[in-house]
Amino acid sequence: MLSTMTSLLETTILYSTPLILAALGGLFSERSGVINIGLEGLMTIGAFTSAVVSINTGSPWIGLLAGIVAGILLALIHAIATVTFNADQTVSGVAINFLAAGLTVYLVKALYDGAGQTPVVDSKFTEWAIPVLKDIPVLGDTLFNTSPITYIALILVFVSYFVLYRTPFGMRLRAVGEHPHAAETAGVSVVKMRYIAVLISGAFAAVGGAALSTSIGSEFSATTVAGQGFIAIAALIFGKWKPFGVLGAAAFFGFSVALSLTGQVWGLTKYVPSEILTMLPYLLTILALAGFVGRANAPAAIGKLYEKGSR
Amino acid sequence: MIGKLNRNSTLISSLISIVLGMLVGAIAMLLSGYDPIAAYGALFGSIFGSASDMGETLRTITPLIFAGLSVALAFRTGLFNIGVEGQLVIGGLAAAFVGLKLDLPPVLHAIVALVVGTLAGAIWALIPGLLKAIRGVHEVIVCIMMNWIALFLSNYMVGKVLSNNSDSTEKIHPSASIRVDFLTDLFDGARVHLGLILAILAAIFVYVLLFKTKLGYELRAVGLNPSASEYAGMSVKRNIIISMMISGGIAGLAGAVELLGTNEYLSINASLPGTGFDGIAVALLGANTPMGVVLSSMLFGGLFNGGNNMQYVAGVPFEVIRIVFATIILFVAANIVKQVGNRKSRKKKGENAGA
Repeated sequence: MLSTMTSLLETTILYSTPLILAALGGLFSERSGVINIGLEGLMTIGAFTSAVVSINTGSPWIGLLAGIVAGILLALIHAIATVTFNADQTVSGVAINFLAAGLTVYLVKALYDGAGQTPVVDSKFTEWAIPVLKDIPVLGDTLFNTSPITYIALILVFVSYFVLYRTPFGMRLRAVGEHPHAAETAGVSVVKMRYIAVLISGAFAAVGGAALSTSIGSEFSATTVAGQGFIAIAALIFGKWKPFGVLGAAAFFGFSVALSLTGQVWGLTKYVPSEILTMLPYLLTILALAGFVGRANAPAAIGKLYEKGSR
Repeated sequence: MIGKLNRNSTLISSLISIVLGMLVGAIAMLLSGYDPIAAYGALFGSIFGSASDMGETLRTITPLIFAGLSVALAFRTGLFNIGVEGQLVIGGLAAAFVGLKLDLPPVLHAIVALVVGTLAGAIWALIPGLLKAIRGVHEVIVCIMMNWIALFLSNYMVGKVLSNNSDSTEKIHPSASIRVDFLTDLFDGARVHLGLILAILAAIFVYVLLFKTKLGYELRAVGLNPSASEYAGMSVKRNIIISMMISGGIAGLAGAVELLGTNEYLSINASLPGTGFDGIAVALLGANTPMGVVLSSMLFGGLFNGGNNMQYVAGVPFEVIRIVFATIILFVAANIVKQVGNRKSRKKKGENAGA
């Protein structure tokens, strides 16, 4: 029983990590008023870049940094299209996903003689055990003896909360997402804030992608991300656009994945098909949006074009 | 007159976006050591190279027309149907169910399967439509969730209901197939099927509906200005629901057509087919008009099918076509051509005023 719980918790933590990171990224972007359907693509470019650079440098950390840079660059395209050129935010996000999917598989084929996936990442992130805490039963072997990216994700939840709610920068960012015109009148540059927010989302989502290819998995292929970016959007909404809400939602979605994976082992899927368990995050998000599981209120100015001087 | 000018400038800006997209693709090829001229040569050479190439190109175009029409129709009512993907999956699932589980005479069997597929797509789209109309929930997010639910539902049905724990179903009964000998023979064995004709009919249907009927007028009015439409006595909620259902019905038909014509069986998939997302690009490039959708489907269908051949002949990975595709969408969405033009003319105006 204890070992089942340990494996369930371990898998939950494993699968929550990329969701927490990408959803936190989406949080910054959407709180500033820019929808980011492109999280999937940003994760993909992060996963690809960090896998390839880790393979070539032998260091997952250099790989992670390279992934972050790639994520920021791709997010920059989204920012230029939506903030500067006023492109429809959803369409641009869809294009970002297309671009990342095409570019990464193209480069994998070009780099590795037409192969569909990268070679195995030998130098992936190894688990870090935290002294003392690692000796706590169940928790010690899971939460306190895990990939450094998971620690990064958890720390970023607190950092994001602090930045968004306790600093002038965060207040401005949220203001831009709620009342851009009022914010502009108060001297906040809407364009600048939105650029920064979208770039942050690129960086965070890329770390989430790196978790998939250099921590949970150990290669990159076209199916490495496979919809995680969209579940992250679900987690963002289910978490009501709040850092700790996102943490809870991502953990819950990770749990439902863990349940469908480990459920096969101990026979739960005999009663509940694993496909139904996999559907759970999506179903719950719709229910949350419809107001059946609490009300989810989006930032007021989300998705709206912003033109200086107009009302 | 002004309308015509606008239409011309949309066309020109689309064409420039296409050229820019292909240029980006060429640069990507050059940077990774491929020969773009040989690649594009192989691509365009194969679109209409032989009867069988042409047939396969037409087959690739077919679902794009449906998906583009579906997105365009919803767009006209101010709705972003990003759920075409899921509605298509459900349409295919429903058609597979009819094609496998019912025993009906030929022709009738196919018709029933197509109708059931259409209805299934419409019902799948009804959920985001209702939530938008009644509870004001943004359709994009609900549609994204519905897409994945559709995928998992389809996988579950394939494994547990339509087959015995297998990865794919048997072939549908021949009576439900919409492949016909004369098309197969005409195009030298290509998988082109009656779906192509249905797609053209769907384009005509959408044109007539949008521009020649009262309902179409209302749908467009709601898309242009919901509050003015409400004031004029139209029901915005009703039009949102109707628009989503017709859009979903077209998407469901696309799924049914693909299943009954191209694949003839259903299998478990790890990810969504992507046709619905392609439809967004098709509608966007086609300026949300039925004719534009048909034309841009021809372009993208040609690129996709030619791209496969390019990989085979010139050794350039197919995915470069996805890069071209994404770049075209970005350029069209950002309306870069027009914006750059506007900035220039604004500058000129300023200079003139100064002088």
